[in-house]
Amino acid sequence: TLEACCSRAWTSCFNSTSIMAVEFEGGVVIGADSRTTTGAYIANRVTDKLTPIHERIFCCRSGSAADTQAIADAVTYQLGFHSIELDEAPLVQTAASLFREMCYRYREELMAGIIVAGWDPRRGGQVYTVPVGGMMTRQPVSVGGSGSSYIYGYVDSNYRAGMSKEECLKFTAEALTLAMERDGSSGGVVRLAVVSEQGVERQVILGNQLPKFSTV
Amino acid sequence: MSSIGTGYDLSASTFSPDGRVFQVEYAMKAVENSRSLFCVFGVTEYAVAGLLADARSLSEVSREEASNFRSNYGHDIPLKHLADRVAMYVHAYTLYSAVRPFGCSFILGSYDEDDGPQLYMVDPSGISHGYWGCAIGKAKQAAKTEIEKLQMKEMTCRELVKEVAKIIYIVHDEVKDKAFELELSWVGEGNYWILYSTSITTFLWTSF
Repeated sequence: TLEACCSRAWTSCFNSTSIMAVEFEGGVVIGADSRTTTGAYIANRVTDKLTPIHERIFCCRSGSAADTQAIADAVTYQLGFHSIELDEAPLVQTAASLFREMCYRYREELMAGIIVAGWDPRRGGQVYTVPVGGMMTRQPVSVGGSGSSYIYGYVDSNYRAGMSKEECLKFTAEALTLAMERDGSSGGVVRLAVVSEQGVERQVILGNQLPKFSTV
Repeated sequence: MSSIGTGYDLSASTFSPDGRVFQVEYAMKAVENSRSLFCVFGVTEYAVAGLLADARSLSEVSREEASNFRSNYGHDIPLKHLADRVAMYVHAYTLYSAVRPFGCSFILGSYDEDDGPQLYMVDPSGISHGYWGCAIGKAKQAAKTEIEKLQMKEMTCRELVKEVAKIIYIVHDEVKDKAFELELSWVGEGNYWILYSTSITTFLWTSF
């Protein structure tokens, strides 16, 4: 369990997290909440859990903040080197493989659930999930973090293949809002990003602007 | 156009006054005086001309490169990158007097869905280039002339296999060269094949 392997007093964890990524024609939409906790204290209420790995490749981080930051830094270095060697934009699959290699090799020491998402010229928008334990698989839509448990039903029933960018943004924002509503350890703002051939567009939906759902 | 590099040709770490590295040039001559060999790995194939022992060692190197890449990055190595890595390796052996350059040239070919068919050649000096068609070995000039007559981009693999075999037969010198065996190999969508001499004759006769 999380409590067993990190000392509550000293470790910042994102396990209190809701992260999500969706593929669409031409790119991906990624989103995350913004809460980092050490135990019951919210260490950072405006965290940015969407981390750039390369120009058009991002990762959504959940689990131990320290572990995921260290892994992301290492992969960013490796991918940058690889891209320069190849003289080409790196594939999203390569980034995901690098994450997987590290997360699997050091699975006993790490607590990291990562979603890798981005756009490359060969295969377009792609989402790969690398949960704790270090498996890697591509999915059209993926959710992660503690808050994700509450939205599997919502995602399964509302996802349709072939949604547009705007529909994906709305879908992601609503799903994350629902997760943040129910998961005590997720909250704050919703950070969204669209990664496509044109580049990266980021946005923030503040607490009072989040979609409203009836909670009767 | 051969010249004797007396005194300047004893090691690869020496330039001649006219800026040539004779050891590398001698290595390229080794390529001309030899026969070809095929090695196959995965969906990349290579043809080699030159010293067979050098060729085998180099093909082992390229297998390792491809395997390491796959293991680190999770997908098959792009051919351009493999050719660059092999070329870098070959080039390293042209820098020092403690070793001699590789006496073989390498042609690498592959097919993958993203890049389509690709062809690269590495020579003993460590240069690698991409090609639509290329030839190495003793009769390479004659073979290149024949290749230039082909409209490769408009032909299928099937047609090119026949053309390649024809060219080998055309450039083979009945007088100077001994009886030869033709080994043919091709890579295309989905798989690769190797054809040995006895089957070739049947294959060619039935196709013509």
